[in-house]
Amino acid sequence: MNIFNILEEIEKADPDFRDRINPRRAAIKNITSFGSKVAVAALPFAMGTIFQKAYGQTLPQSVTDILNFALKLEFLESAFYTQGLAAKSLVPTGGDTTAITTMSTQEKAHVVFLQTTLGSSAILQTTQGTNGTYDFTAGGLFSTVFTNYDTFLAVANGFEDTGVRAYKGQVPGLIGNQTVLTAALSIHSVEARHAATIRQLRSLRPAGPATIKPWITGANDTGNANLFNNYVGEDNVIQDNITITSLNALNGTVAVNAATEAFDEPLTLAQVLSLVTPFGVK
Amino acid sequence: MEKTNTQTNHLNSDDSGGQKTGMERRTFFKYAGAGAAILGLVGSSCKKSAGNSPVNKNTVDLGSGDTGILNYAYALEQLEAAFYTQVIAAPYTGITAAETAILTDIRDHEIAHRAFYKAALGSGALAALVADFSQINFADRTNVLDAAKGFEDLGVAAYNGIAYLIQDAVNLTIVAKIVSVEARHSAAIRNILTTGTASPFSTFADATVIQPSALNNVANPYNGLEVSRLPSQVLPTVNQYITVNLTATKLP
Repeated sequence: MNIFNILEEIEKADPDFRDRINPRRAAIKNITSFGSKVAVAALPFAMGTIFQKAYGQTLPQSVTDILNFALKLEFLESAFYTQGLAAKSLVPTGGDTTAITTMSTQEKAHVVFLQTTLGSSAILQTTQGTNGTYDFTAGGLFSTVFTNYDTFLAVANGFEDTGVRAYKGQVPGLIGNQTVLTAALSIHSVEARHAATIRQLRSLRPAGPATIKPWITGANDTGNANLFNNYVGEDNVIQDNITITSLNALNGTVAVNAATEAFDEPLTLAQVLSLVTPFGVK
Repeated sequence: MEKTNTQTNHLNSDDSGGQKTGMERRTFFKYAGAGAAILGLVGSSCKKSAGNSPVNKNTVDLGSGDTGILNYAYALEQLEAAFYTQVIAAPYTGITAAETAILTDIRDHEIAHRAFYKAALGSGALAALVADFSQINFADRTNVLDAAKGFEDLGVAAYNGIAYLIQDAVNLTIVAKIVSVEARHSAAIRNILTTGTASPFSTFADATVIQPSALNNVANPYNGLEVSRLPSQVLPTVNQYITVNLTATKLP
């Protein structure tokens, strides 16, 4: 960890950063100098303070709402992987455990990032589910989620693809907010990496859906009918009034599968909430 | 393959998918590996990459505003589409059926992206670019997959890094629809690269593209977030694989 690099990176992403914290510039200087003397454990608090001062007080309500919506989804995903990894004999050792552990760690990091950015406006995890505990069977729909690895992967598949769609749907609401928009997209692409990898893990399972690819082909391609609504609209082939299947490709025009795979589709906040409410998201 | 190697075609002529690979085979091998190294450098460092000085290349500026940004995206997609077209036209030694399926899909996605931007930009579209992949040894699996990984990571970082300047909500959503697919590509290729190794599925979101996410490092505010790059950090790499020198004087 290098705090000087962090500040440099912040300035790169947000040229106004120094201006935002200008009155406390001396304080920043002090923090960077004590960073070399004081225990590293003190730094998270210090950085959180800087971020709240720089952004926390100036976030418009609409942006706070979007970030709290994202935080709800990250809480859900984070708890899901934590529970999955803790379940006895669920996730096979080797590549599967490596992949799921990476995802678990990164979802936790997303939670921390959003909490830090939101500061005191962040919703509490305990407001979700029943005192913070989710129902990952979604009322019995996925009753074997923590006892059958294929069910676990199917739910993960739904969560990750829906997460990608959820962030994408909120992007227009962040136009003009360089810091938050860039951060949201930088989480969004990580979720897409997760989604592709979950799909590849599923393709390697003897009981997995035979034709599943790292990308979304048409509408629900997960082989699980309970995920139907998570993929509504993914079969769209018209982008910005241009029919992709009418465009030239190598031999003839772009195929329908390629046209749907090449563009991931957004979901509205309401659509996403209706998908995750059965798990306890509020 | 010999036939393709002597072609010089426009990148976005959809019926040809051609590119310039007119180099002698010897030179080809001399540069093999260099491409991966360059892409690797960009992929693993947060620092601005050192600009390479273009020699005898015409300069083409991307322009300003949303049109400039979409042309930037169009240039990236032209590069990727031409790359995968060549990969499938002349598959590397030992390519498996699963790898062919993945790489063919990616080729078709990039061609769809390229065709979309061309249509969306209309008369404002950048002229067709001509690729120069002489740094890449298309016969070598690792070289090709490393280059693919580099192009995909570069594309994701480029989209993530420029999106904040897009003014129009439709354009922004389109870019978001495409960037997640590029991220899927990168993950898929990275997972192919670790298949059969001692550490499968260990790189799809590793520290070369994602900020460190160890929980004892929560002080890093960008924990778990993908890196993003500005055009000034992306174009030096892009320019190594095309015959003109793209500039973005009106973009950061």
